[in-house]
Amino acid sequence: MPPVELLLMLLLIATVIVVARLKDLFAAAMLTGIASLLAAGLFVLMDAVDVAFTEAAVGAGVSTVLFLGALSLTSRREKQERTRILPILIVAATGAALIYGTWDMPAYGDPDAVIHHHLAPELIAETEKKIHIPNIVTAILASFRGYDTFGEVVVIFTAGVGVALLLGGLGLRRRDERGEEES
Amino acid sequence: MYLAGMAAIVVTMFLALARAAIGPTVFDRILAVNMFGTKTVLLIAVAGFLTGRPEWLDLAIVYTLVNFTGTLAVLRFARFGNLARDDRKADQ
Repeated sequence: MPPVELLLMLLLIATVIVVARLKDLFAAAMLTGIASLLAAGLFVLMDAVDVAFTEAAVGAGVSTVLFLGALSLTSRREKQERTRILPILIVAATGAALIYGTWDMPAYGDPDAVIHHHLAPELIAETEKKIHIPNIVTAILASFRGYDTFGEVVVIFTAGVGVALLLGGLGLRRRDERGEEES
Repeated sequence: MYLAGMAAIVVTMFLALARAAIGPTVFDRILAVNMFGTKTVLLIAVAGFLTGRPEWLDLAIVYTLVNFTGTLAVLRFARFGNLARDDRKADQ
């Protein structure tokens, strides 16, 4: 692993240990934001810019705010509890199993990996000839998988409309309140 | 040059993390997280320019916006204790 990635990974581990040890939940919510930013930095260094962007927007932005919203409904201090062994063992075993699972994966950036020989060569060679879009990723998302992308957009739009209706009624309620104040 | 720049940024990241962990006040932690976001932006910018991928700067700019908005939300929570209520009356 290159040195910079190694340092970032060590920082990430330190952050997570601090989050687990903290009793002040507000500080813990802040530190989960830091962990997300670190993960996003690692993803960028691994060339996964889109994943990094999602991680930063959701992890550091939205979920911190969600944690704070939940905190405003509960206590800001974690209850004092003695450390329990069984959950630690289960988490450690799950982590060990996941790491064991990565041993069969191809090395990072390996050009001989299966995924680089399934469809990629054909798409790289044929895309521009077939549909005249120079950017291959855009061509796949918007043309070859156009219906799939359209479905995703519909799902996200529906979710957004649902959340807007649940939270604010698209501004209808606010207008009602103002009307009551005037009358 | 790449290694030196990245090492400097990681060191400041570590200092910001220490401040966020130690506290002691809420605003120390908020400022530490905000600064950590800035360091992430710097990290992406340095990595982008020194490895020949200057288009990553767009991503860094968007991170800046997310960081700013997130800091505003957190400060609002720290000041009012909630995120949703209309606080115009509390201001007066």
